[in-house]
Amino acid sequence: MSRLAVPKTYKLYIGGKFPRSESGRSYEVLSATGGFLANAAKASRKDARDAVVAARAALSGWAGATAYNRGQVLYRIAELLEGRRAQFVDEIMSAEGVSQAAASRQVDEAIDLWVWYAGWADKYVQVTGGANPAAGPYFNLSVPEPTGVVAIVAPQGSSLLGFVSAVAPALVAGNTVVVVASERLPLSAISLSEVLATSDVPGGVVNILTGSPAEIAPWLASHSDVNALDLAGAGDLDWVDLEITAADTLKRVLRPEPGELVPPSVHRITAFTETKTVWHTKSLI
Amino acid sequence: MSFLEYAPAPESRAILTLRDEYGLFIDGEFVEGTGGSFQTISPATEERLATISVASDADVHRAVAAARRAYERVWSRMSGTDRGKYLFRIARIIQERARELAVAESLDNGKPIKESRDVDVPLVAAWFFYYAGWADKLDHAGLGPNPRALGVAGQVIPWNFPLMMLAWKIAPALAAGNTVVLKPAETTPLTALLFAEIVQQADLPAGVVNIVTGAGATGQALVAHPDVDKVAFTGSTAVGREIAKKVAGTDKRLTLELGGKAANIVFDDAPIDQAIEGIVNGIFFNQGHVCCAGSRLLVQENIHDEVVDRLKRRLQTLRVGDPLDKNTDIGAINSAEQLERIRTLSDIGEAEGAERWSPDCVLPENGFWFAPTIFTGVSTSNRIAREEIFGPVLSVLTFRTPAEAIAKANNTPYGLSAGIWTDKGSRILAVADKLRAGVVWANTFNRFDPSSPFGGYKESGYGREGGRHGLAAYLTTSQRAGARAAIEARAERAAPAKTVKAKSVKKGAAK
Repeated sequence: MSRLAVPKTYKLYIGGKFPRSESGRSYEVLSATGGFLANAAKASRKDARDAVVAARAALSGWAGATAYNRGQVLYRIAELLEGRRAQFVDEIMSAEGVSQAAASRQVDEAIDLWVWYAGWADKYVQVTGGANPAAGPYFNLSVPEPTGVVAIVAPQGSSLLGFVSAVAPALVAGNTVVVVASERLPLSAISLSEVLATSDVPGGVVNILTGSPAEIAPWLASHSDVNALDLAGAGDLDWVDLEITAADTLKRVLRPEPGELVPPSVHRITAFTETKTVWHTKSLI
Repeated sequence: MSFLEYAPAPESRAILTLRDEYGLFIDGEFVEGTGGSFQTISPATEERLATISVASDADVHRAVAAARRAYERVWSRMSGTDRGKYLFRIARIIQERARELAVAESLDNGKPIKESRDVDVPLVAAWFFYYAGWADKLDHAGLGPNPRALGVAGQVIPWNFPLMMLAWKIAPALAAGNTVVLKPAETTPLTALLFAEIVQQADLPAGVVNIVTGAGATGQALVAHPDVDKVAFTGSTAVGREIAKKVAGTDKRLTLELGGKAANIVFDDAPIDQAIEGIVNGIFFNQGHVCCAGSRLLVQENIHDEVVDRLKRRLQTLRVGDPLDKNTDIGAINSAEQLERIRTLSDIGEAEGAERWSPDCVLPENGFWFAPTIFTGVSTSNRIAREEIFGPVLSVLTFRTPAEAIAKANNTPYGLSAGIWTDKGSRILAVADKLRAGVVWANTFNRFDPSSPFGGYKESGYGREGGRHGLAAYLTTSQRAGARAAIEARAERAAPAKTVKAKSVKKGAAK
């Protein structure tokens, strides 16, 4: 006699908690072959705003953590993801209809990507900042700092790797993020939030919304407490309109990426940093 | 009259010979604009200085076309060594003609000659000298392999530091291998046109630098021109927003240096003498027409009275008057329009309950003048504590703890600059860490250097000018281009198959 499975309720991830959408809405997520997989929460404008509040609240702690600490936390995500490979492989196979080998490869690459970005946390500052030889009795130093709250439209054509490729670099410098997951392939993102919740990532550092990017993204683009907008997965939306909306509050904007994942690059880290230059006087002795 | 009486000591205007009319500088020559003309005046006397052409859309198009030709045929093919030599030449000619440029700048802008002579023009030369050296070292800038120019840069600059802003824009653009079309502000076009003569003296290839004069419409035409690859703007946040909207969805790269409302934080252990000088320099330098001006003084409550008393005493010794007088500390407000804005906001400051004070000073009858002004008892919600006045007006607020100072300093949509005054080094470092501002001056203020990146957080814009960062704003790297090519190739491969399979992650791209 076969055992009756216990399916998971897929919810949002906001401020380290797993709420349903405050709107009470959900939408059907189908497998590659058209079968029912789950009812995912369909996030509303209010959910997006709650997520921004949570991200803002988490910012000073995450940005203020030592680079060594942030690197270790990001590495810990890789560790826990490794331990749950099987779950993600199954999820990707059913959602994307790919072979086990392809699904495994996607999970492996996602894990390796966390490791790669984790290592950047205590290195990108030296690569991009430094001392400036100002002409005068000054000690003058430029350092990159996190931009703040980053709203991300995750790549839409990939369950896990696309999501990780956009989210991981934004976290390296100490930004906190609100991510709109792939509309069609949202389940791995929510499963990843369970990994994040147990990986020493402070609540609110990553907030994940499932639902319609076309509905949610404009609210994030216009939100005054969002500092930057990553349109990586917004290629099929009216992203120029989103960029114009973001200009009202002079957000930093990254444009859509044509691929299913954002290619790993230190540029993805520095795009969400601000250079601060501090001039210290030197006394005359 | 103040107790300090001096005989006038005006700098001679004889060194400067202005033409009666100036055309646009396009493709290496001065040509007449087709958009009409306007007068540029001295804001200190309202005397007419010269007639200036207005560049129409067609003129802007001609200038961009000239820049494109120069980019493709000459400048992008020239060695970095030779590009650098041209920039060194320009730096040297600026030094040779420094006094003339300073006189022109003070006449057209209204700033005191001691500032144009000792700050603006020396920094202009330094900026060209600094970036000249980068031209043949782009591979060593740490931006990835094979950095390349973007193409034609459209640059729009403000009236507060006319020639200095020109240098901040043109020097890195040219060093990186771009050609430029630059629009100076309509109230201060003169030094940009003198710079065009310097470009001719340096024998810079025609079309590498083009100067189009005019007002907002000319700037809009330049920014919106489809053949411009890079837009660089310094000016108000309102205009910056509009430019960001125009550029949205295009392939243009954009950097914006916008407004500010800097907090100048004075702790009770600060070296008070130096702090007073720093506060004065922070807000009254260049008549307060400085985007990074220390317009909000945050002073620790227990030393508030002492600081304000000493500040008032110091202000009584400032000389307001003829910009060409070598003893002048505060010159003329740049335009009638700006004067009106300063007056309006100051009146609002009074109406909202802050206490207004200015030293006794006799202001000249002609021209645009505003006495240095201090508002005490300002609260964080007052408009004079929130809006950029861009004039010689200081709002004084108080705080008790470092945490309160930081919270108040950051309580603004701007984030360009800030100042910290304290004798305690560890406090400087801790407070500097918490300030959301692109430039922080510790026990100093309003210092600039070509090697030192300058630019804002939040609504003060994005991008940096100065240093390696300023160079990067005019380059694309094979890291970015390579990544993009890789993506496009991948997208093409993936498109026919219509699969959603993940492709392999290429880490080599991120050196």
